[in-house]
Amino acid sequence: MKKHLGKSALLLAFLAVSACTNPNAAGGGLFGGGGSGAAAGDFQPGSASDPRSPAYFQQTIGDRVLFAVDQSTLTDQGRAVLTAQANWLITNSDYMAVIEGHADEQGTREYNLALGARRANAVKEFLVSQGIASNRLKTITYGKERPIEICSAEACYTQNRRAVTVISAGLLS
Amino acid sequence: MKNLVLALTLVLTSLSLAPTLAVAQSGPLRIEITDGVIEPLPYAVPDFVAESAGAGQLARDIARVVAADLSGTGLFREISKDAFISSITNFESPVQFADWKAINAQALISGAVSVDASGNIAVKFRVYDVFAGQELGNGLRFRGTQEGWRRMAHKVADAVYSRITGESGYFDSRVVYVSETGPKDDRKKRLAIMDYDGANLKFLTDSNSIVLAPRFSPSGDRVLYTSYETGFPRVFILDIGSVTRRVLEAQSGDMSFAPRFSPDGRSVVYSITDGGNTDIYRMEIATGTRTRLTSAPSIETAPSFSPDGTKIVFESDRSGTQQLYVMSATGGEAQRISFGQGRYGTPVWSPRGDLIAFTKQNKGRFHIGVMRTDGSEERLLTASFLDEGPTWAPNGRVIMFTRETQGANGAASLYSVDVSGRNLKPVRTQGGGSDPSWSPLQQ
Repeated sequence: MKKHLGKSALLLAFLAVSACTNPNAAGGGLFGGGGSGAAAGDFQPGSASDPRSPAYFQQTIGDRVLFAVDQSTLTDQGRAVLTAQANWLITNSDYMAVIEGHADEQGTREYNLALGARRANAVKEFLVSQGIASNRLKTITYGKERPIEICSAEACYTQNRRAVTVISAGLLS
Repeated sequence: MKNLVLALTLVLTSLSLAPTLAVAQSGPLRIEITDGVIEPLPYAVPDFVAESAGAGQLARDIARVVAADLSGTGLFREISKDAFISSITNFESPVQFADWKAINAQALISGAVSVDASGNIAVKFRVYDVFAGQELGNGLRFRGTQEGWRRMAHKVADAVYSRITGESGYFDSRVVYVSETGPKDDRKKRLAIMDYDGANLKFLTDSNSIVLAPRFSPSGDRVLYTSYETGFPRVFILDIGSVTRRVLEAQSGDMSFAPRFSPDGRSVVYSITDGGNTDIYRMEIATGTRTRLTSAPSIETAPSFSPDGTKIVFESDRSGTQQLYVMSATGGEAQRISFGQGRYGTPVWSPRGDLIAFTKQNKGRFHIGVMRTDGSEERLLTASFLDEGPTWAPNGRVIMFTRETQGANGAASLYSVDVSGRNLKPVRTQGGGSDPSWSPLQQ
């Protein structure tokens, strides 16, 4: 388990670096669509322009779904993102994923842990229903411990009520 | 609504009889914590007398800690030294009651400190009922190491508090909490332990993993908490003396959190999340035997034992929103006890057994409140953007909790409030703090 997390952390670190240093990352990754559309020569394996890369998964497929206040029900938009995630995971069958469930700060600590677990599990169940083997998916809750937006307003809360699918390169253990 | 604030009435009666040994119950000088008008009791605590060479600084410091403890309760008001007419230079000399009466000191605390050849210290003290012109109870003497001088001061203050209020004290106690540093989106959390007044801070973990909600064992020697050290939230048990820790359950794959000890310290109740469902379990620490106490598709978490160990209060959203329930300590049917507007969480049974403290969330505000164990007589003690996680002082009279401020620069800190709703104040910590757990009185 530790091993997977270690690799996942490395991948995340790589993403952060590539996002900062590769001028193509935003254009090619976010808006250029599939790596097939990228100009020959721009293609870098593992970068966001590589459709088999976790960076592509994160930036192009979309790694997260958002939830309504105190809810763990998937929205239509969420289901569309997760369908694309499932397709990617089917194609890239050597990757695993850890699904992180999060809550906004409006709630008690313990309840938010349980709520984050519900959200992560809702994502996991959907991916499994799309044909992903459940032993490729782990869930974890962070409750309200890891907000990405820090204001105390709905604009931030809506981004924090999320489940994020983090791709890890780990082999099944 | 009737003023539900518990108040103090100062009852001063003169007894013609000499005080008996059971002074706490029958002494002439008495604060009763009851409904009524609150008037803090004026008292004087001159510097303690140094009875050996080199005890002067300690004698002054100990008197200051005693005064900080007593005045910090809001029940006592210290009279400034500037007003003193008399001084106390000899612990055995008769007290000039008229001089203390003249400045309206109703209680007078005198003390003396000596340091022996091996560096240990002895502290003795007396409490006087100035207007009755007599000692309240008998003088007491504590001995200990020099490093433990603050604890001796707290013991003096506990004895004074107890003699005057009839309640047991809470000053010789500690708090374990989560020390917080860094911005909201990169917060570092470490377990920390300190005296109840913020002194003698010590860290119990580093900040490499998220740690949450530590809980003292009933004997104050161990702490349960939740850590992400394994990559997932798991309940850990930590020995304070040796600062060694282990995962409570060997079994991996589950997420566990919200632990609390049983009153005998032998078992733990906590939540396990399996899939998306969170339920309450009980584990015998020695054997690792696990019993499931709830099995509902809803969230069941934040369990807390009644002090007699027969019941557990917990929160559940089985009704659709977070509410409080009480069940037998062996599980089974649960009775809902919270029925007011809003959501109720983090219930904690008072050590006296009479009240349950909780967090309430209503109309975008958070409150710390108390209710009777059947849910009646709900009273909200605080209100803010985010208050949560109450913990009881060992005497069940004061509640400490987390208050978090709003916005991008929001930070968490510890606060305390009387069960009356009075005397709300920040608790001194180094940096931010959250999730306090108050120890029992130290032995």
